[in-house]
Amino acid sequence: MAVLFLGPALLFVGALVIYPTLDTVGQSFRSEAGAFVGVDNYKAVAETERIKTAIKNNFIWVATAPAIITALGLMFAILTERVRYSTAIKIIVFMPMAISFLATGVIWRVMYEPSPELGFINAATGLVYNTFNGPGAYPDAKVLPDVPLEQAKPGAPIVTTEEFTAGESALIGLTAVAEDDVPADSVQAAAPQAPADGLGVVVWRDFKPGGGVPGELEQGEIGLPGADVEVLSATGEVVASGTTGSDGSVTFSGLGEGPFKAQVAESTFAQGFAGVDWLGPNLVTPAIIGAFSWMWAGFAVVVIGAGLAALPRDVLEAARVDGANEWQTFRHVTLPLLAPVLGVVFVTMVINVLKIFDIVLVTAPGASQDEANVIALEMFKTTFSSRQYGVGSAVAVLLFILVIPVMFINIRRFRREN
Amino acid sequence: MAAAAERLPGEGSRSRLGRVGRALGRGPLHLFLLLMALFWLTPTFGLLITSFRSSAASAESGWWTVFTEPRQLTLEPYKEVLANESLVQALFNTLYITVPASLLVVLIAALAAYAFAWIDFKGREPLFLLIVALLIVPLQMALLPVSRLFGNLGIFGTIPAAVFFHIAFGLPFAIFLLRNFFIGIPTELLEAARIDGASELGIFTRIVLPLGMPAIASLLIFQFLWTWNDLLVALTFTASDAIPITVAIQQELRTFGANLDIIAPAAFLSMIVPLIVFFAFQRYFVQGLLAGSVK
Repeated sequence: MAVLFLGPALLFVGALVIYPTLDTVGQSFRSEAGAFVGVDNYKAVAETERIKTAIKNNFIWVATAPAIITALGLMFAILTERVRYSTAIKIIVFMPMAISFLATGVIWRVMYEPSPELGFINAATGLVYNTFNGPGAYPDAKVLPDVPLEQAKPGAPIVTTEEFTAGESALIGLTAVAEDDVPADSVQAAAPQAPADGLGVVVWRDFKPGGGVPGELEQGEIGLPGADVEVLSATGEVVASGTTGSDGSVTFSGLGEGPFKAQVAESTFAQGFAGVDWLGPNLVTPAIIGAFSWMWAGFAVVVIGAGLAALPRDVLEAARVDGANEWQTFRHVTLPLLAPVLGVVFVTMVINVLKIFDIVLVTAPGASQDEANVIALEMFKTTFSSRQYGVGSAVAVLLFILVIPVMFINIRRFRREN
Repeated sequence: MAAAAERLPGEGSRSRLGRVGRALGRGPLHLFLLLMALFWLTPTFGLLITSFRSSAASAESGWWTVFTEPRQLTLEPYKEVLANESLVQALFNTLYITVPASLLVVLIAALAAYAFAWIDFKGREPLFLLIVALLIVPLQMALLPVSRLFGNLGIFGTIPAAVFFHIAFGLPFAIFLLRNFFIGIPTELLEAARIDGASELGIFTRIVLPLGMPAIASLLIFQFLWTWNDLLVALTFTASDAIPITVAIQQELRTFGANLDIIAPAAFLSMIVPLIVFFAFQRYFVQGLLAGSVK
């Protein structure tokens, strides 16, 4: 009788799970042609750079993703317990669970676009970055050759090579100023009337239609307002600073005799936020872990939330009656009681992360696929792209060995519960 | 009413003040949760907007610029995807793989789970432990041998190949989940039926299946989403006109930017069914998750 009920299941599991698993173990000790090669395939696994990267990355995944996701789940479960709209929040966080790794990958490739113009993450990062470290007024400006100015490297301050004494004016002519960067209120540049005990500085665009003479302030050349100007003492210390007006001039008084040098400060030439290449070779694994955590946090929220709801209320009440504050109750009562649930979430995520495949294949662009490599992906590529059946099978067995401890945990838990 | 009337003057306003104070104290919590919810919604919303823009627009500016220039939005990408025969075929293939795979897993697993729960036979315990052990076997262990097997059977690259593989690897979890549920059905019900002379099949169809419906529904939804969203199995076992939408989209990824006006709407179309299933049957989905988060 039992055979009738079990037959179909045993047929499928036997033919498509158990037999192939044993066959793969056998294949891992054989060559493509079928000859026995001992542990050669495993040696190849241990020595191939790409596979080593895959193992290292899987290690990073296991070390970070389960902890991040369990922590996110605990945080959301605890915080939403205190508000009336907790269901809405849980649904929003849980929703990505319903969609495929492929869709998640596509979604996050759009989010991670390297240009701040196109990628939301970079646009948001840039917004914060530029608030503290905004682009300068003239990020592209340079000096002309053969004028008494010097700049150590692009983006460095532009300093006068000559020294000035009180009552004189320094001329700092810039070139390569983008038309878009010139404010509408800028007017004909003019050397300022320098105070007797100070210095005048003019920063202007040393160019006019037809060219003009480099280093000479001419009619038709406009001032560059908004440049940050600093006056340097003979020892190179900054003794005064100011910002140019609409004719490009600024004056400093009360400086003493001099000699001085003047410079347009670095901040004027600062480049704005250029965007982080999240999916480039260096950051690709953390970036994909981020996308994965976005997807699976909801799982943790739901499982931990259910665990939280099942906690004995009277124990929590007793702790509060005894005068424990919220943090103490959480730390010494809630957390220990929740530990088994947190363990289940953590272990589930470890298995998931060990088998991680689709999201890496989809999210990592071609150029950083090798840097993002993981064991399951390597197994697929070695077996089906390079057709190295022996090595591919050895990689699969490696993956299997990594999940075997969890298999024993499952069996032990099942035996205990029955 | 009486209690309200008896309240001392001033007490009402004091508790109202208390409420306002509490709400203000909670302000950071509300703000934080709101920001997190927004953060969780933004990526999906971004893809939705992107799917209504041309690739030229997507190459020039971020999707959020539609808030200032809504005229960028166009139905053209969706029209293009729906006019693309191979993509439409791929969407149907997803359905053709998912529906039989989900139904058959549930049916075959229910039969086996019934035997494990209610039929005494030799070796029941070790056999079930084997099923528990198989729960986490990585499907990578089977890809190559099963490819060869399907090749010999002449079904490699077809829809049945993907269906069979999904059934096999869905079964351990399905049997585990259903057996644990079936075992909770009161013994008296089954004993009474047996005394009345009902056959095992009769007991299975008339008592166990109806009573097991909540677990069966959870499992069905779980399996449906799992199979619908699969990429690896389909990538291995299906080819040419049998590929599902996940594989079809994956093939467009090599030129991500240029094909974004196909990738984004196609990805969104592939998400619609799982999202509907998710929102309609959320309760069962969550129950399935809680019943056995081991896969």
